[in-house]
Amino acid sequence: MTNEPSIHVDHDEAGANIDHENAYSGLLVNDAHWAFGTDFEDPLAGVDTTVPSGVDPKDLAAYCLMLGDDALVFSQRISEWCSSAPDLEEDIALANIALDLLGQSRLLLARSAAADPSLVPQLPEGSPVPDEDRLAFFREDLQFRNVRLAEVPNGDFAEAVAKILIYSTWRLAIFERLQSSRDSVLSAIAVKGVKEMSYHRDFAGRWVLTLARGTEESKTRLLTALEGLWPLWDELFETHPVEASVAAAGIGVDPAEVADEAGVILDQVFAAAGIERPERDALAGVRGKRGRDGLHTEALSKMLADMQVVARQYPEGQW
Amino acid sequence: MVEPNAQSSVVRHSKPRTAGKGASKGGVVMTTQINETELEAQFAATIESKDRIEPRDWMPEKYRKTLVRQVAQHAHSEIIGMQPEGNWISRAPSLRRKAILLAKVQDEAGHGLYLYSAAETLGATRNELTEKLIAGKQKYSSIFNYPTLAYTDVGTIGWLVDGAAICNQVPLCRTSFGPYGRAMIRVCKEESFHQRQGYELLMTMMRGTEEQRASVQESVNRFWWPSLMMFGPPDDDSPNTEQSMEWGIKTHTNDELRQKFVDMSVPQAEALGVTFPDEGLKWNEERGHYDFSTPDWDEFWAVVKGNGPCNEQRVAHRKRAWDEGAWVREAALAFAENTADAAADTADAAADSTNTAADTTNTAAEETAK
Repeated sequence: MTNEPSIHVDHDEAGANIDHENAYSGLLVNDAHWAFGTDFEDPLAGVDTTVPSGVDPKDLAAYCLMLGDDALVFSQRISEWCSSAPDLEEDIALANIALDLLGQSRLLLARSAAADPSLVPQLPEGSPVPDEDRLAFFREDLQFRNVRLAEVPNGDFAEAVAKILIYSTWRLAIFERLQSSRDSVLSAIAVKGVKEMSYHRDFAGRWVLTLARGTEESKTRLLTALEGLWPLWDELFETHPVEASVAAAGIGVDPAEVADEAGVILDQVFAAAGIERPERDALAGVRGKRGRDGLHTEALSKMLADMQVVARQYPEGQW
Repeated sequence: MVEPNAQSSVVRHSKPRTAGKGASKGGVVMTTQINETELEAQFAATIESKDRIEPRDWMPEKYRKTLVRQVAQHAHSEIIGMQPEGNWISRAPSLRRKAILLAKVQDEAGHGLYLYSAAETLGATRNELTEKLIAGKQKYSSIFNYPTLAYTDVGTIGWLVDGAAICNQVPLCRTSFGPYGRAMIRVCKEESFHQRQGYELLMTMMRGTEEQRASVQESVNRFWWPSLMMFGPPDDDSPNTEQSMEWGIKTHTNDELRQKFVDMSVPQAEALGVTFPDEGLKWNEERGHYDFSTPDWDEFWAVVKGNGPCNEQRVAHRKRAWDEGAWVREAALAFAENTADAAADTADAAADSTNTAADTTNTAAEETAK
């Protein structure tokens, strides 16, 4: 070869040593540190994934799947805002929130797979698709365990901040308790998640206040958004048998326990914003079954059709 | 609104910050009126000594205009450039790749922010430039008027499009206007990161299935020629190059950079195991460069003039986001202007509460009120 790539010269702050000759220098150098997110394969590498005593591994796996699906599906919805936000700062903030939730979901799905490998969809022998992706891309909507709030289609920006406020207020209350889980993986995920979601709640709370006290239009839009989302509030605090089981084992959190706290926090935000809590009845399920049971709105299967299409096209693909 | 040219005839009383030759001249006349000829001489001396021109320095009006045009076009390219790759965020085939792609597109929004800020130092606001973009009065890189038809394009765009952008942009780190050059240092670091990610994606796919390898080749076939066109028209057809080089805004010609890009890309393609769709691509021992065929300049001009596959779609998307966000920007402004007192009162009242969320929201209220 006549044109061997030259040795990569790092940019310095003053720009003095920038290699003007070769934009590709370093491309072929094996440097594990250069690409975001590409430097590890197993997100739980190095973490003790032994299932603690006193809990059915199947319950732990199902519980992680519930929390992981919430984060994954909500992240997917928020990421749809990319390049469509009201201004660049909000575009960046929404992408941040989506990225945090995506990171949480990867850990939770991997935890789920480690606790109960039988949950993981089978692919052709030798397929290199990792467990987290098998769970994300090769399950049907009936197998997703997320609450329905996470999947409802996006509305306007008021709907986005209202939804993020509701989700993060609820989830933060759960994760604060989950930090003391007897499962070291869940506890580590919760510690990380609490920091992230405090920011999410702050971002959303700030915007709810701004919209409520901004213009007539922004207030109307905010109230409409809250009104539309409120029927999904009660579902967040219903206890699924799996949640009851892991809560009893000191592994998970019974969401019913945090209902009062989350309600008080939201009411305080509403009071600061000078608006009323919406009065809407809870959205019914089908014969009592809701998101946690795999019974979703029509929106989820459409979202998944889009999300899963490329992965399913290459069941043996390397990514 | 301050028009970019509004300050052109203003004689600045701030001390000229030119170093070297300019400094002695500046020393004589620093307190009062400086005539145009001397200002031009100082400006020329700054350029000559490869020093930076800073926002408060005097500069010829045409230099300011050229820079606003170029920086705005660059900022718009970052923002419009979010769309073709953003098209695949929802469908990225693994969660890891989804995170990488989302973070990359987010970085592009960040680059847009730095560059609009650099333009702002020349008196052109982000709002005003955005309005010009959606009215079709300012351009962005034509490459983004090509469609992304496969997830694989994310890798190809990283490798070839970001690679070509880096070839164009690395020299800009030394451009004569300080804020632009400094923004470019940061942009280039992140761009080279993105380029490596793109190349790494293609490399990984080439190790995958037969279908994946075919997809990589198909994608490279579509993006090779548009990538070569990113360096702009041939030198003899590039009206702005000469003046821009004289002012130190541009440091290499279009054809020089294009040749460099071809020379660098061929060994990369070989390492990857793909070919470029050009039968005329051959090593020329005598020149010490690769020969290559002439890009389809008719297509180039058609796309530049607005007839590319996605021109209307890209601008319409940006316009929709901007228009639909108008009520939010108005609300933020109204909140800051009209309810600052009320918000502060509410914050005080709620501050008695021991609740963490209330604290968070109060802080938010105060910050937003500021």
